Amino acid sequence: MALIEDNRDVSSGSGKTSVGALLEMPFAYLGRRVIHWINTLGSAAIFLVTAVLKTFSARQIPKVVQQIYYIGAMSTTIIMLVSLFTGMVLGLQSYHALVKFGSQGAVGTLVSLSLIRELGPVLTAIMITARAGSAMAAEIGIQRITEQVDALKTMRIDPFSYIISPRITAAVISFPLLTTVFDMIGMIGGYISSVVLMGLNAGVFIHSIQAYVDMKDLTDGFVKSIVFAVIVATVCCYQGYYVHRRQDSKGAKAVGLATTSAVVVSCVLILIADYVVTSLLIL
Amino acid sequence: MPLIEFKNVTKRFGDQTVLDQVNLQIYEGQITTIIGLSGSGKSVLLKHIVGLLRPDEGTIFFRGRPLDKMKRAEVAEAMSQISYMFQNNALFSSMTVFDNIALPLVEKTKLKKSEIYQRVMARIEQTELTDAAFKYPSELSGGMQKRVALARALVTDPKVVLFDEPTTGQDPVRKNAILSMVAQYQKKFNFTAVLVSHEIPDVFFISNRILALYDKKVVFQGTPEELNEFDHPFNDEVIRSIESLQKELTGLYSQRQFKMLHHLQLKRRKGDENYCLIVFTLSGAEALVQKMGYDAAQAVTHAMGIYVDKHFGTIGGFSTRLKSNEIVTMLPYSNIQEAESVLQELIADFRQEGIKNIWLEAQHNSGLENCVDFAILAGIAEGQPASEIDAVMEEARSQQKEIGRMQCPVQE
Repeated sequence: MALIEDNRDVSSGSGKTSVGALLEMPFAYLGRRVIHWINTLGSAAIFLVTAVLKTFSARQIPKVVQQIYYIGAMSTTIIMLVSLFTGMVLGLQSYHALVKFGSQGAVGTLVSLSLIRELGPVLTAIMITARAGSAMAAEIGIQRITEQVDALKTMRIDPFSYIISPRITAAVISFPLLTTVFDMIGMIGGYISSVVLMGLNAGVFIHSIQAYVDMKDLTDGFVKSIVFAVIVATVCCYQGYYVHRRQDSKGAKAVGLATTSAVVVSCVLILIADYVVTSLLIL
Repeated sequence: MPLIEFKNVTKRFGDQTVLDQVNLQIYEGQITTIIGLSGSGKSVLLKHIVGLLRPDEGTIFFRGRPLDKMKRAEVAEAMSQISYMFQNNALFSSMTVFDNIALPLVEKTKLKKSEIYQRVMARIEQTELTDAAFKYPSELSGGMQKRVALARALVTDPKVVLFDEPTTGQDPVRKNAILSMVAQYQKKFNFTAVLVSHEIPDVFFISNRILALYDKKVVFQGTPEELNEFDHPFNDEVIRSIESLQKELTGLYSQRQFKMLHHLQLKRRKGDENYCLIVFTLSGAEALVQKMGYDAAQAVTHAMGIYVDKHFGTIGGFSTRLKSNEIVTMLPYSNIQEAESVLQELIADFRQEGIKNIWLEAQHNSGLENCVDFAILAGIAEGQPASEIDAVMEEARSQQKEIGRMQCPVQE
């Protein structure tokens, strides 16, 4: 009799456990995701610090120059094209909105401040992510899966010094320069649409820029572009470098997924960082 | 004292144990070959030596000192003496052949550009890559890529070179060339070579020591000759399976198996019972190689072996290839008269269609329409169990006469 009662207890107990396990599942999943996310964040931070520490060497200069060419110079045309039309559409929209209130004189201010403070750094970072960041992740990923990274180690060449550091340094140099190009061409675009096409007075447009854009706006824009450069280069290099650790796939497919992750994560982090940095700069 | 020593090294990847309590010694100035089935952990073992992987348990010693107790700078110094040639080459696809080979010198030495250029070009010439020096790896054949990897591994004049399956994906001529290159360079530069290879028995000819990896452990360490006497399931599963395939394809035993069968027969025979031995030689093999290529000459010898096995196998004969153009057949139960009688049947078969078929095989393998004269010679000798087999073979050679000839039509 006691035995039967014991069995009942056990069976009801196991029933409870399975329901409990079901209830726990979403929390366990969430917990695992959060732990994984924190691990990745920590790992990426160590990755960045290691890369930065290995930047300072005379041997790095030719590699950095080469990467500036790939990340910076090769992106100039696309940045100019995007910035021209961004400025033009900004000028057009601003003119039509402000003319209703008779404030079309502020078009220059609106266009320039929008570009210098926000659109310039953000759109430049997103465009470089799409063009150079994806290439970075794919190239490093292929180097990893074809054992080129291991080959460097067997030759006693530090993969961080050889692959990662030059790219992060080159990004930090290239992003502010390309942001400057974006701002300038964007303002020319704004001038074309509002002055040349819509007939706004050229003097009013230029004066409104001179009067309301100060040095802090420019430095804030540069600060943002440097933050974005670090984010984009770190995320893209990290995704490529650790492609072999991916659990969801291996080989060429893993490189493809790493490239996608690099672009998506970089873009999301750019927008989050934009809000955080803007808040800090405004305070 | 061994140059490199593993003591109870265990490596696991997740739940899977790849190396289990591995013990081995690698001696300076020798060629050591690691053999084993695919996936038995040979490359993993090699990666432990070069420091790409670390053991979960156990210790690796370098010149008698444990690597895990050495300072970081000392480990770096030890590892800088080791070069590694990857199984799939691991060449930098965005760099030219020259840049790939120059990379370790550019990054890790303070040599002048002119000196680097000279050293790299010397290696490029030695590995017959002069025409490909400024091409990208993707523009090269698999064999050439292998040679680039070899040149890169040797450019720093390392003390130890690890070769991970250096002959994979190579044609027979290149395979032999790479193995002889390893042996030649090893003698010339006196480095310690560690090879992972499946090229059994070819790799035995260049190796001083063999390590056999089986069931996650090193089950044999010793000379290739000692491996013959090694009584272990490894020999049945690995060595003999490769040799059985060879027998199935060519009708010929390996020299090792031939010797074993011969010894076995001698043990079974009484002292006064003689045996017969026939030596077949392909005359004109050199001209065949020159005009039709190595593969064609191989095909002729293989086809010859199949005919020999067809006739002499039925009376208990077994054969092996002694040289590239020589086959020896042992007839343990036959006297001279019986051997002569079967040889006459073989000659008749050759005359009827055998020589023509052998020739067609050569043409098929070379893909050429060329014609080269060649002849097949055979000589019979009788031996006693007590007599040395080499002397009996020599006697058979001296008795050789032509038993078949391929005569090309005279062109007008």
